[in-house]
Amino acid sequence: MIRLLLVSLALLGASALALAGEVQVAVAANFAVPMQQIAADFEKDTGHKAVVSAGATGKFYAQIQNGAPFEILLSADDATPAKLEQEGIAVPGSRFTYAIGKLVLWSAKPVFVDDKGKVLKEGKFAHLALANPKTAPYGAAALEVLKNLGLLDTLSPKFVQGENIAQTQQFVATGNAELGFVALSQVQKDGELTGGSAWFVPGNLYKPIRQDAVILAKGKGNAAATAFMDYLKGDKAKTVIKSFGYTL
Amino acid sequence: MTNLADLNTVDLSAIKLTLELASLTTGLLLVIGTPIAWWLAHTQSRLKGMVGAVVALPLVLPPTVLGFYMLVVMGPQGPVGHLTQALGLGLLPFTFPGLLLASVLYTMPFVVQPVQNAFEAIGERPMEAAATLRAGPWDTFFTVVVPLARPGFLTAAILGFAHTVGEFGIVLMIGGNIPGKTRVVSVQIYDHVEAMEYTQAHWLAGGMVVFAFLVLFALYTFNNSVNRARG
Repeated sequence: MIRLLLVSLALLGASALALAGEVQVAVAANFAVPMQQIAADFEKDTGHKAVVSAGATGKFYAQIQNGAPFEILLSADDATPAKLEQEGIAVPGSRFTYAIGKLVLWSAKPVFVDDKGKVLKEGKFAHLALANPKTAPYGAAALEVLKNLGLLDTLSPKFVQGENIAQTQQFVATGNAELGFVALSQVQKDGELTGGSAWFVPGNLYKPIRQDAVILAKGKGNAAATAFMDYLKGDKAKTVIKSFGYTL
Repeated sequence: MTNLADLNTVDLSAIKLTLELASLTTGLLLVIGTPIAWWLAHTQSRLKGMVGAVVALPLVLPPTVLGFYMLVVMGPQGPVGHLTQALGLGLLPFTFPGLLLASVLYTMPFVVQPVQNAFEAIGERPMEAAATLRAGPWDTFFTVVVPLARPGFLTAAILGFAHTVGEFGIVLMIGGNIPGKTRVVSVQIYDHVEAMEYTQAHWLAGGMVVFAFLVLFALYTFNNSVNRARG
Protein backbone atom coordinates (compact mmCIF):
# COMPACT_ATOMS: atom_id res chain seq x y z
CA MET A 1 0.00 0.00 0.00
CA ILE A 2 2.71 2.44 1.01
CA ARG A 3 4.78 1.40 -1.96
CA LEU A 4 1.87 2.02 -4.28
CA LEU A 5 1.43 5.45 -2.76
CA LEU A 6 5.11 6.26 -3.19
CA VAL A 7 5.10 5.11 -6.81
CA SER A 8 2.05 7.16 -7.65
CA LEU A 9 3.55 10.16 -5.86
CA ALA A 10 6.74 9.78 -7.86
CA LEU A 11 4.78 9.51 -11.10
CA LEU A 12 2.74 12.56 -10.21
CA GLY A 13 5.89 14.50 -9.41
CA ALA A 14 7.52 13.44 -12.65
CA SER A 15 4.55 14.44 -14.78
CA ALA A 16 4.34 17.81 -13.06
CA LEU A 17 8.06 18.34 -13.61
CA ALA A 18 7.76 17.50 -17.28
CA LEU A 19 5.20 20.28 -17.78
CA ALA A 20 6.29 22.76 -15.19
CA GLY A 21 8.53 25.63 -16.07
CA GLU A 22 9.99 28.47 -14.12
CA VAL A 23 9.82 32.20 -14.72
CA GLN A 24 11.89 34.94 -13.10
CA VAL A 25 9.70 37.92 -12.27
CA ALA A 26 10.91 41.33 -11.14
CA VAL A 27 8.13 43.03 -9.17
CA ALA A 28 7.77 46.64 -8.11
CA ALA A 29 7.89 46.81 -4.32
CA ASN A 30 4.29 48.08 -4.00
CA PHE A 31 3.03 44.89 -5.66
CA ALA A 32 5.19 42.49 -3.62
CA VAL A 33 2.46 41.32 -1.26
CA PRO A 34 -0.31 40.75 -3.86
CA MET A 35 2.31 39.02 -5.99
CA GLN A 36 3.03 36.47 -3.25
CA GLN A 37 -0.56 35.39 -3.34
CA ILE A 38 -0.80 35.43 -7.14
CA ALA A 39 2.45 33.45 -7.48
CA ALA A 40 1.17 30.82 -5.05
CA ASP A 41 -2.15 30.52 -6.93
CA PHE A 42 -0.29 30.45 -10.24
CA GLU A 43 1.86 27.53 -9.11
CA LYS A 44 -1.13 25.65 -7.75
CA ASP A 45 -3.23 26.18 -10.87
CA THR A 46 -0.64 25.77 -13.64
CA GLY A 47 2.29 23.88 -12.09
CA HIS A 48 4.64 26.62 -13.28
CA LYS A 49 6.74 28.37 -10.70
CA ALA A 50 7.21 32.14 -10.54
CA VAL A 51 10.47 33.17 -8.85
CA VAL A 52 9.88 36.66 -7.50
CA SER A 53 12.28 39.53 -6.77
CA ALA A 54 10.82 42.73 -5.35
CA GLY A 55 12.45 46.15 -5.50
CA ALA A 56 12.41 49.68 -6.93
CA THR A 57 11.38 49.94 -10.57
CA GLY A 58 14.28 52.26 -11.37
CA LYS A 59 16.76 49.77 -9.98
CA PHE A 60 15.25 46.95 -11.99
CA TYR A 61 15.50 49.08 -15.11
CA ALA A 62 19.23 49.60 -14.59
CA GLN A 63 19.73 45.92 -13.78
CA ILE A 64 17.76 44.70 -16.80
CA GLN A 65 19.75 47.00 -19.06
CA ASN A 66 22.86 45.42 -17.67
CA GLY A 67 21.81 41.84 -18.29
CA ALA A 68 19.83 40.84 -15.19
CA PRO A 69 18.18 37.41 -15.66
CA PHE A 70 14.58 38.65 -15.25
CA GLU A 71 12.02 37.41 -17.75
CA ILE A 72 9.04 39.54 -16.75
CA LEU A 73 8.87 43.00 -15.23
CA LEU A 74 5.84 44.10 -13.24
CA SER A 75 6.66 47.77 -13.16
CA ALA A 76 5.29 50.48 -10.86
CA ASP A 77 4.74 52.73 -13.90
CA ASP A 78 4.03 52.54 -17.62
CA ALA A 79 7.07 54.54 -18.74
CA THR A 80 9.70 51.96 -17.81
CA PRO A 81 8.20 49.01 -19.76
CA ALA A 82 7.65 51.31 -22.75
CA LYS A 83 11.27 52.44 -22.59
CA LEU A 84 12.48 48.84 -22.37
CA GLU A 85 10.40 47.96 -25.40
CA GLN A 86 11.83 50.89 -27.38
CA GLU A 87 15.33 49.82 -26.45
CA GLY A 88 14.63 46.32 -27.71
CA ILE A 89 15.06 44.69 -24.29
CA ALA A 90 11.37 43.79 -23.98
CA VAL A 91 9.13 41.71 -26.24
CA PRO A 92 7.05 44.09 -28.42
CA GLY A 93 3.31 43.83 -27.93
CA SER A 94 3.53 41.98 -24.62
CA ARG A 95 2.86 45.13 -22.57
CA PHE A 96 -0.40 45.62 -20.66
CA THR A 97 -1.66 47.43 -17.56
CA TYR A 98 -2.11 44.94 -14.74
CA ALA A 99 -3.09 47.43 -12.05
CA ILE A 100 -3.67 51.12 -11.42
CA GLY A 101 -2.10 52.11 -8.15
CA LYS A 102 -3.45 54.46 -5.50
CA LEU A 103 -1.43 56.68 -3.28
CA VAL A 104 -2.26 57.10 0.41
CA LEU A 105 -0.87 59.28 3.14
CA TRP A 106 -0.52 56.83 5.98
CA SER A 107 0.45 56.82 9.64
CA ALA A 108 0.83 53.85 11.95
CA LYS A 109 -0.91 55.91 14.64
CA PRO A 110 -4.70 55.46 14.78
CA VAL A 111 -5.87 59.11 14.66
CA PHE A 112 -2.94 60.97 13.17
CA VAL A 113 -3.95 61.38 9.55
CA ASP A 114 -7.39 62.90 8.91
CA ASP A 115 -9.46 61.96 5.88
CA LYS A 116 -8.85 65.33 4.20
CA GLY A 117 -5.08 65.34 4.54
CA LYS A 118 -5.12 68.55 6.61
CA VAL A 119 -2.33 67.11 8.70
CA LEU A 120 0.05 68.06 5.88
CA LYS A 121 -0.86 71.74 6.08
CA GLU A 122 -0.66 71.79 9.86
CA GLY A 123 2.81 70.27 9.61
CA LYS A 124 2.97 68.98 13.19
CA PHE A 125 5.43 66.19 12.51
CA ALA A 126 9.18 65.79 12.23
CA HIS A 127 9.42 63.37 9.32
CA LEU A 128 7.40 62.74 6.20
CA ALA A 129 8.43 59.54 4.43
CA LEU A 130 8.24 59.03 0.70
CA ALA A 131 9.94 56.77 -1.80
CA ASN A 132 12.90 58.17 -3.72
CA PRO A 133 11.14 60.20 -6.47
CA LYS A 134 14.02 59.64 -8.86
CA THR A 135 13.57 55.89 -8.96
CA ALA A 136 10.17 55.03 -7.50
CA PRO A 137 6.95 56.09 -9.29
CA TYR A 138 5.04 56.32 -6.00
CA GLY A 139 7.70 58.74 -4.78
CA ALA A 140 7.27 60.84 -7.93
CA ALA A 141 3.48 60.81 -7.40
CA ALA A 142 3.93 61.95 -3.79
CA LEU A 143 6.04 64.86 -4.99
CA GLU A 144 3.35 65.76 -7.52
CA VAL A 145 0.68 65.80 -4.79
CA LEU A 146 2.73 68.11 -2.59
CA LYS A 147 3.44 70.38 -5.53
CA ASN A 148 -0.26 70.59 -6.35
CA LEU A 149 -1.06 71.36 -2.73
CA GLY A 150 1.59 74.08 -2.72
CA LEU A 151 3.35 72.42 0.19
CA LEU A 152 6.48 71.12 -1.51
CA ASP A 153 8.85 73.84 -0.30
CA THR A 154 7.61 73.91 3.28
CA LEU A 155 7.64 70.13 3.67
CA SER A 156 10.75 69.09 1.76
CA PRO A 157 13.06 69.68 4.77
CA LYS A 158 11.03 66.99 6.56
CA PHE A 159 11.46 64.37 3.85
CA VAL A 160 12.95 61.01 4.62
CA GLN A 161 13.36 58.90 1.53
CA GLY A 162 12.96 55.17 1.32
CA GLU A 163 15.01 53.36 -1.26
CA ASN A 164 11.74 51.91 -2.52
CA ILE A 165 8.11 52.02 -1.41
CA ALA A 166 8.54 48.98 0.90
CA GLN A 167 11.30 50.68 2.86
CA THR A 168 9.18 53.82 2.99
CA GLN A 169 6.36 51.88 4.60
CA GLN A 170 8.84 50.35 7.03
CA PHE A 171 9.92 53.85 8.16
CA VAL A 172 6.29 54.69 8.91
CA ALA A 173 5.33 51.28 10.33
CA THR A 174 8.17 51.44 12.91
CA GLY A 175 6.98 54.93 13.88
CA ASN A 176 10.31 56.54 13.04
CA ALA A 177 8.50 58.71 10.52
CA GLU A 178 5.09 59.84 11.82
CA LEU A 179 3.54 59.60 8.38
CA GLY A 180 4.38 58.93 4.78
CA PHE A 181 3.14 58.43 1.25
CA VAL A 182 2.79 54.73 0.49
CA ALA A 183 0.84 52.55 -1.88
CA LEU A 184 -2.70 51.70 -0.81
CA SER A 185 -1.85 48.05 -1.53
CA GLN A 186 0.62 48.08 1.33
CA VAL A 187 -1.83 49.14 4.00
CA GLN A 188 -5.07 47.64 2.76
CA LYS A 189 -6.21 44.07 2.62
CA ASP A 190 -9.64 42.78 1.62
CA GLY A 191 -10.90 46.33 1.28
CA GLU A 192 -9.91 47.44 4.79
CA LEU A 193 -7.07 49.42 6.26
CA THR A 194 -4.80 46.97 8.11
CA GLY A 195 -3.99 49.56 10.80
CA GLY A 196 -3.22 53.18 11.59
CA SER A 197 -4.88 56.11 9.84
CA ALA A 198 -4.85 57.24 6.24
CA TRP A 199 -5.83 59.89 3.73
CA PHE A 200 -6.80 58.43 0.38
CA VAL A 201 -5.21 61.02 -1.88
CA PRO A 202 -7.79 62.21 -4.46
CA GLY A 203 -6.97 61.13 -8.00
CA ASN A 204 -6.95 64.71 -9.34
CA LEU A 205 -3.79 65.51 -7.38
CA TYR A 206 -1.54 63.12 -9.28
CA LYS A 207 -1.37 61.35 -12.61
CA PRO A 208 -2.84 57.84 -12.40
CA ILE A 209 -0.14 55.33 -11.52
CA ARG A 210 -0.62 52.89 -14.39
CA GLN A 211 1.44 49.82 -13.65
CA ASP A 212 2.43 47.88 -16.73
CA ALA A 213 3.76 44.36 -17.11
CA VAL A 214 6.05 43.34 -19.93
CA ILE A 215 7.88 40.20 -21.07
CA LEU A 216 11.61 40.89 -21.27
CA ALA A 217 13.98 39.64 -23.95
CA LYS A 218 15.28 36.93 -21.62
CA GLY A 219 11.75 35.55 -21.25
CA LYS A 220 11.05 35.29 -24.96
CA GLY A 221 9.91 31.78 -25.83
CA ASN A 222 9.56 30.69 -22.19
CA ALA A 223 6.14 29.01 -21.93
CA ALA A 224 5.99 29.76 -18.21
CA ALA A 225 6.42 33.48 -18.91
CA THR A 226 3.53 33.54 -21.38
CA ALA A 227 1.46 31.47 -18.98
CA PHE A 228 2.10 33.94 -16.18
CA MET A 229 1.10 36.94 -18.28
CA ASP A 230 -2.14 35.16 -19.23
CA TYR A 231 -2.73 34.25 -15.60
CA LEU A 232 -2.23 37.87 -14.54
CA LYS A 233 -4.97 38.90 -16.97
CA GLY A 234 -7.35 36.24 -15.62
CA ASP A 235 -10.27 36.80 -13.25
CA LYS A 236 -8.66 35.05 -10.28
CA ALA A 237 -5.61 37.30 -10.34
CA LYS A 238 -7.79 40.37 -10.93
CA THR A 239 -9.81 39.61 -7.83
CA VAL A 240 -6.63 39.45 -5.77
CA ILE A 241 -5.33 42.68 -7.32
CA LYS A 242 -8.57 44.55 -6.57
CA SER A 243 -8.70 43.28 -3.00
CA PHE A 244 -5.48 45.20 -2.35
CA GLY A 245 -7.04 48.49 -3.44
CA TYR A 246 -5.84 48.71 -7.03
CA THR A 247 -8.30 49.58 -9.77
CA LEU A 248 -8.25 48.05 -13.21
CA MET B 1 33.81 65.36 -21.83
CA THR B 2 33.40 64.89 -18.13
CA ASN B 3 35.09 66.98 -15.53
CA LEU B 4 34.87 67.81 -11.87
CA ALA B 5 32.01 70.19 -12.54
CA ASP B 6 29.85 67.08 -12.90
CA LEU B 7 30.07 66.74 -9.16
CA ASN B 8 27.18 68.94 -8.13
CA THR B 9 26.62 70.57 -4.77
CA VAL B 10 24.69 67.55 -3.53
CA ASP B 11 27.68 65.34 -4.24
CA LEU B 12 30.01 67.75 -2.50
CA SER B 13 27.75 67.94 0.53
CA ALA B 14 27.72 64.12 0.61
CA ILE B 15 31.53 64.09 0.60
CA LYS B 16 31.68 66.68 3.38
CA LEU B 17 29.14 64.80 5.45
CA THR B 18 31.00 61.53 5.00
CA LEU B 19 34.29 63.07 6.14
CA GLU B 20 32.58 64.62 9.17
CA LEU B 21 30.95 61.34 10.10
CA ALA B 22 34.19 59.39 9.69
CA SER B 23 36.26 61.90 11.69
CA LEU B 24 33.79 62.07 14.55
CA THR B 25 33.36 58.29 14.62
CA THR B 26 37.11 57.76 14.71
CA GLY B 27 37.61 60.36 17.42
CA LEU B 28 34.83 58.99 19.59
CA LEU B 29 36.01 55.43 19.12
CA LEU B 30 39.58 56.25 20.14
CA VAL B 31 38.17 57.70 23.37
CA ILE B 32 35.65 54.90 24.04
CA GLY B 33 37.63 52.07 22.51
CA THR B 34 40.94 52.61 24.30
CA PRO B 35 39.66 51.77 27.81
CA ILE B 36 37.79 48.77 26.38
CA ALA B 37 40.95 47.61 24.60
CA TRP B 38 42.97 48.15 27.79
CA TRP B 39 40.52 46.15 29.84
CA LEU B 40 40.44 43.35 27.25
CA ALA B 41 44.24 43.27 27.11
CA HIS B 42 44.74 43.04 30.87
CA THR B 43 41.71 41.49 32.49
CA GLN B 44 41.66 38.02 34.00
CA SER B 45 37.87 38.23 34.22
CA ARG B 46 35.70 35.46 32.91
CA LEU B 47 33.71 38.16 31.12
CA LYS B 48 36.63 38.83 28.77
CA GLY B 49 35.45 36.31 26.20
CA MET B 50 31.95 37.69 26.25
CA VAL B 51 32.92 41.37 25.95
CA GLY B 52 35.41 40.52 23.20
CA ALA B 53 32.70 38.67 21.32
CA VAL B 54 30.21 41.55 21.62
CA VAL B 55 32.81 44.04 20.36
CA ALA B 56 33.58 41.76 17.40
CA LEU B 57 29.94 41.08 16.46
CA PRO B 58 29.76 43.72 13.69
CA LEU B 59 32.59 41.88 11.89
CA VAL B 60 30.33 38.90 11.44
CA LEU B 61 26.80 40.30 11.29
CA PRO B 62 25.43 41.71 8.06
CA PRO B 63 24.73 45.46 8.33
CA THR B 64 21.06 44.72 7.73
CA VAL B 65 20.84 42.99 11.12
CA LEU B 66 22.26 45.99 12.92
CA GLY B 67 20.24 48.39 10.76
CA PHE B 68 17.00 46.56 11.43
CA TYR B 69 17.53 46.39 15.19
CA MET B 70 18.61 50.01 15.38
CA LEU B 71 15.50 51.09 13.51
CA VAL B 72 13.33 49.16 15.96
CA VAL B 73 15.29 49.93 19.16
CA MET B 74 15.71 53.64 18.39
CA GLY B 75 12.11 53.98 17.17
CA PRO B 76 9.28 55.40 19.31
CA GLN B 77 8.40 51.96 20.69
CA GLY B 78 12.00 50.91 21.35
CA PRO B 79 13.91 51.28 24.64
CA VAL B 80 16.49 53.69 23.21
CA GLY B 81 13.68 55.64 21.52
CA HIS B 82 11.86 55.93 24.88
CA LEU B 83 15.06 57.18 26.48
CA THR B 84 15.94 59.77 23.82
CA GLN B 85 12.37 61.05 23.81
CA ALA B 86 12.30 61.29 27.61
CA LEU B 87 15.55 63.29 27.44
CA GLY B 88 13.91 65.64 24.94
CA LEU B 89 16.29 64.59 22.14
CA GLY B 90 13.60 63.22 19.86
CA LEU B 91 14.20 60.10 17.83
CA LEU B 92 17.60 59.13 16.47
CA PRO B 93 16.81 57.55 13.09
CA PHE B 94 17.14 59.98 10.16
CA THR B 95 19.49 62.21 12.18
CA PHE B 96 23.23 62.74 12.12
CA PRO B 97 23.65 61.72 15.80
CA GLY B 98 21.76 58.52 14.96
CA LEU B 99 24.19 57.77 12.14
CA LEU B 100 27.08 58.55 14.43
CA LEU B 101 25.82 56.10 17.04
CA ALA B 102 25.36 53.42 14.39
CA SER B 103 28.84 54.07 13.00
CA VAL B 104 30.45 53.88 16.42
CA LEU B 105 28.85 50.49 17.09
CA TYR B 106 29.53 49.18 13.62
CA THR B 107 33.16 50.31 13.49
CA MET B 108 34.03 49.40 17.09
CA PRO B 109 36.02 46.19 16.34
CA PHE B 110 38.16 47.96 13.73
CA VAL B 111 39.42 50.34 16.41
CA VAL B 112 39.39 48.20 19.54
CA GLN B 113 41.20 45.19 18.13
CA PRO B 114 44.38 46.89 16.81
CA VAL B 115 44.73 48.87 20.04
CA GLN B 116 44.13 45.75 22.12
CA ASN B 117 46.78 43.87 20.12
CA ALA B 118 49.24 46.70 20.66
CA PHE B 119 48.58 46.72 24.42
CA GLU B 120 49.05 42.97 24.61
CA ALA B 121 52.30 43.18 22.67
CA ILE B 122 53.73 45.70 25.12
CA GLY B 123 53.22 43.31 28.02
CA GLU B 124 53.68 44.14 31.72
CA ARG B 125 57.42 44.80 31.87
CA PRO B 126 57.60 48.44 30.65
CA MET B 127 54.86 49.31 33.13
CA GLU B 128 56.65 47.57 35.98
CA ALA B 129 59.79 49.47 35.06
CA ALA B 130 57.83 52.73 35.07
CA ALA B 131 56.30 51.85 38.43
CA THR B 132 59.73 51.28 39.97
CA LEU B 133 60.61 54.77 38.77
CA ARG B 134 57.56 55.96 40.73
CA ALA B 135 55.46 56.91 37.75
CA GLY B 136 51.74 56.97 38.52
CA PRO B 137 49.34 54.88 36.43
CA TRP B 138 48.14 57.82 34.28
CA ASP B 139 51.67 59.05 33.83
CA THR B 140 52.76 55.54 32.82
CA PHE B 141 49.89 55.24 30.41
CA PHE B 142 50.56 58.47 28.56
CA THR B 143 54.38 58.50 28.65
CA VAL B 144 55.09 54.77 28.26
CA VAL B 145 52.11 52.86 26.90
CA VAL B 146 50.74 55.33 24.34
CA PRO B 147 54.12 55.91 22.59
CA LEU B 148 54.79 52.18 22.49
CA ALA B 149 51.29 51.46 21.18
CA ARG B 150 51.47 54.21 18.56
CA PRO B 151 51.37 51.90 15.54
CA GLY B 152 48.29 50.21 17.01
CA PHE B 153 46.55 53.56 17.49
CA LEU B 154 47.43 54.65 13.99
CA THR B 155 46.13 51.42 12.47
CA ALA B 156 42.97 51.77 14.55
CA ALA B 157 42.39 55.35 13.46
CA ILE B 158 42.96 54.63 9.79
CA LEU B 159 40.82 51.49 9.76
CA GLY B 160 38.08 53.20 11.78
CA PHE B 161 37.99 56.18 9.47
CA ALA B 162 38.09 54.10 6.30
CA HIS B 163 35.48 51.64 7.51
CA THR B 164 33.05 54.45 8.35
CA VAL B 165 33.53 55.94 4.90
CA GLY B 166 32.75 52.52 3.44
CA GLU B 167 29.56 52.03 5.46
CA PHE B 168 26.41 51.59 3.41
CA GLY B 169 23.83 49.09 4.60
CA ILE B 170 23.10 50.60 7.99
CA VAL B 171 23.02 54.13 6.63
CA LEU B 172 20.55 53.07 3.98
CA MET B 173 18.33 51.46 6.61
CA ILE B 174 18.26 54.18 9.26
CA GLY B 175 19.38 57.27 7.33
CA GLY B 176 16.36 58.20 5.24
CA ASN B 177 18.61 59.67 2.54
CA ILE B 178 18.44 63.32 3.70
CA PRO B 179 20.83 65.65 1.86
CA GLY B 180 23.36 67.24 4.21
CA LYS B 181 22.25 65.12 7.17
CA THR B 182 22.35 61.45 6.33
CA ARG B 183 23.11 61.16 2.62
CA VAL B 184 26.71 59.98 2.68
CA VAL B 185 28.84 59.21 -0.38
CA SER B 186 28.07 55.50 -0.51
CA VAL B 187 24.32 56.22 -0.55
CA GLN B 188 24.78 59.01 -3.08
CA ILE B 189 26.60 56.59 -5.41
CA TYR B 190 23.77 54.10 -5.06
CA ASP B 191 21.28 56.87 -5.90
CA HIS B 192 23.21 57.92 -8.98
CA VAL B 193 23.46 54.35 -10.23
CA GLU B 194 19.74 53.74 -9.67
CA ALA B 195 18.86 56.93 -11.50
CA MET B 196 21.22 55.96 -14.36
CA GLU B 197 23.45 58.99 -13.68
CA TYR B 198 26.52 56.97 -14.45
CA THR B 199 28.89 59.93 -15.00
CA GLN B 200 28.38 61.25 -11.50
CA ALA B 201 28.45 57.73 -10.11
CA HIS B 202 31.81 57.19 -11.81
CA TRP B 203 33.33 60.29 -10.29
CA LEU B 204 32.30 59.39 -6.78
CA ALA B 205 32.92 55.65 -7.10
CA GLY B 206 36.32 56.21 -8.73
CA GLY B 207 37.18 58.63 -5.95
CA MET B 208 36.30 55.97 -3.38
CA VAL B 209 38.58 53.42 -5.07
CA VAL B 210 41.49 55.86 -5.07
CA PHE B 211 40.79 56.82 -1.47
CA ALA B 212 40.62 53.22 -0.27
CA PHE B 213 43.81 52.32 -2.11
CA LEU B 214 45.75 55.28 -0.72
CA VAL B 215 44.60 54.53 2.82
CA LEU B 216 45.62 50.89 2.67
CA PHE B 217 48.83 51.69 0.84
CA ALA B 218 49.79 54.18 3.55
CA LEU B 219 48.87 51.70 6.25
CA TYR B 220 50.88 48.81 4.84
CA THR B 221 53.88 50.98 4.01
CA PHE B 222 53.88 52.40 7.51
CA ASN B 223 53.48 49.00 9.17
CA ASN B 224 56.32 47.54 7.11
CA SER B 225 58.68 50.33 8.06
CA VAL B 226 57.74 49.96 11.73
CA ASN B 227 58.34 46.22 11.58
CA ARG B 228 61.66 46.72 9.86
CA ALA B 229 62.72 49.34 12.38
CA ARG B 230 61.88 46.97 15.21
CA GLY B 231 63.84 44.20 13.50
